[in-house]
Amino acid sequence: MLMLRRIISLMIKEFRTLLTDKQSRMVLVVPPVVQLLVFGYAASFDLNHINYAVYNEDRGVESRQLLAGFSGSPVFVNYGTITHDSQIKPLLDTGKVLLILHVGEDFSESLHLGRPAPLQILIDGRNSNTALLALNYAQNIVLAFDGRWNRRHGGRPAPAVLIQRAWFNATLNSHWFIIVGIVALLNLVVTLEVTALSVAREREAGTFDQLLVTPMTPFEILVGKSLPGIIIGLLEASFIITLIVLWFHVPLRGNIFALYLGLLIFLLSAIGIGLMISSLAVTQQQGLMGAFLFMVPAVILSGFATPIENMPPLVQWITYLNPMRYFLVIVRSVFLQGASFDLLWSQYWPMLLIGITTLSMAALLFRKRMY
Amino acid sequence: MNNNAMRLRGLIRKESLQIIRDPSSIGIAFFLPVLLLLLFGYGVSLDARDVAIALVVEQPGPETSSLISGFSQSGYFAPQVMLSIQEAEQAMMERRVDGIVWLRSDFAKEMRSGHSAQVSVIVNGVDANKARLVEGYVNGVWMQWLARTSEVIGRPLHIPVKVEQRIWYNPAVRSRNYLVPGLIAVIMTLIGAMLTSMVVAREWERGTMEALLVTPVRVKEILLGKIIPYFILGMGGMLLSVAMAIFLFHVPLHGSLLALTAASALFMLTAIAMGLLISTAAGSQFVAGQIAIVITFLPAFLLSGFVFDIGSMPVVIQWLTHLVPARYFVAILQTLFLAGDIWPIFLVNSAWLVLMALIFFRIIRKKSNKRLR
Repeated sequence: MLMLRRIISLMIKEFRTLLTDKQSRMVLVVPPVVQLLVFGYAASFDLNHINYAVYNEDRGVESRQLLAGFSGSPVFVNYGTITHDSQIKPLLDTGKVLLILHVGEDFSESLHLGRPAPLQILIDGRNSNTALLALNYAQNIVLAFDGRWNRRHGGRPAPAVLIQRAWFNATLNSHWFIIVGIVALLNLVVTLEVTALSVAREREAGTFDQLLVTPMTPFEILVGKSLPGIIIGLLEASFIITLIVLWFHVPLRGNIFALYLGLLIFLLSAIGIGLMISSLAVTQQQGLMGAFLFMVPAVILSGFATPIENMPPLVQWITYLNPMRYFLVIVRSVFLQGASFDLLWSQYWPMLLIGITTLSMAALLFRKRMY
Repeated sequence: MNNNAMRLRGLIRKESLQIIRDPSSIGIAFFLPVLLLLLFGYGVSLDARDVAIALVVEQPGPETSSLISGFSQSGYFAPQVMLSIQEAEQAMMERRVDGIVWLRSDFAKEMRSGHSAQVSVIVNGVDANKARLVEGYVNGVWMQWLARTSEVIGRPLHIPVKVEQRIWYNPAVRSRNYLVPGLIAVIMTLIGAMLTSMVVAREWERGTMEALLVTPVRVKEILLGKIIPYFILGMGGMLLSVAMAIFLFHVPLHGSLLALTAASALFMLTAIAMGLLISTAAGSQFVAGQIAIVITFLPAFLLSGFVFDIGSMPVVIQWLTHLVPARYFVAILQTLFLAGDIWPIFLVNSAWLVLMALIFFRIIRKKSNKRLR
């Protein structure tokens, strides 16, 4: 009972330090909302605006029919027409167009003679992902033209055709993938912000020594210092999840309790890391550096933007230490794949392990690090 | 004049001593970029290789085995042959495979008869970007196999339009070639802001700023005294990063070293100005640190065009990206490395950087003057 009272008073004190100062209150509330809105709209791999230029040396109707496929597509935007080789380089160099469609002068003739009709696609490969996606789109338009041509000119059907379909996200809208990941991203940032400085600030002010001579045990200090982070994290996550469902209309298909269990364990592990960093730090600056030093790799190597499977094995092993990696799988599976507990155990326990280890380390460091 | 120089020298000396005595700044400037670039340079890649894919073969035959070998030899796939679609669907639910190619039992028969055999491809759309790339790779393997096989079974394909692709600047379409220059911009934003975001706040918090203000030192000199040492430190880190990009990650550098140095110096100055601004505006180290995290790393990561294409963002967000200095540096670096000295891109983006740095310094001056009163 006494213990509970002590923990609660420490919690209240922690909340006061976080919320009394107007500036630091704003820092906790405003950025996550703004970030969700901005990044929610910004972060997407989908191409919806591919500028292209046409260099058509052919005079036939057929080339115009092929090009109509591009101008009629919602993703391709015609930037202009060029008439000379020398115009290609400046357009691509300055990034004014992503690709140039070059139709050779014998295009229509070849088509009618049944010879392969040449279409050259010159593409800016600086951003290889964009280039590959744009090429895929272009290929599909050409394939559609091929199909129409073959049907109209009595060509035989191909011996086999591919029928492509996507599960969980039929239109392959990469926006969903990223926006759901933002739950993990912003929660990691906020919890680290709240916890990473909490011990360091007191160390710097000398009040942590005072805390240690009170009857509070390290365990109680640990609980009192982590609960505010968990409460703030849960509130913030709930708010973000609500916005994602109601504002961005991303389907939440799975079991919401499975999501919250994951969230709770994720917050525990993030707080454990934050408190550990904080107890290692002597000054606030060091605490902040530590939080930064953990956060940046944790975000970039979490699978948030680029898949973990593309990483070399050594880096993949490192990512097993990153709680965000597991939580990203959980949010994405619950939201998009409709997963429930049974598919997610393999993600829960490593996070829990990280949480328990880091929290115990933090509690140990409270006492050990006395100066 | 002589006095000015002396005062400035004194301040620089003080700041340099502080840097040397607290090794964390040196760590941030040299150790951190190397570590981050190593980790991310190897870790961040959008080139899918060895994608786990399930090939459902209901009835094995010569056609199916040639398709399987087509998949495994492409280098893009690590195909797992499965006997039933249920097995493959289960594997996809458990995230063991990213796609399914389903060859039904009548596949070979349909191919040899006059019809078209239908082959279903199912990709896991949770990671839509990867799913799209996987679809593209499947198509590539499929078309090659189809062209070969249709000859063999005597139903040659007629493909009216022959597409010839020319990929400029990055013919191997290696994502590392554009991600590593972008990473340098992201990392340097962090370094610049981290180095300086707390230095002024620290002085206010410790009360040494007031002590400094009663001396004849001018605000301008205090600021210069803080900028110069950190600028030198930051440029050292930049040099290391660029060297790593070229020699370790083998990103080709087509542009000139002069342009690269100029752009780097300009960007470093802007990043440091941003850090100082945060530091001046915030009342405490705590708030300064939090603001630094919020407005440097995430925008540099998400809004700079480093991974997410700015051209595809909604117009309002595109305007917002103009407030992110890293955006200009990403554009300059990607072009300098992969395409060469393209002056229109270089000059426009440099002009934006200059403008941002000037505005930042102007606000810092103003804010500092105000606090004097």
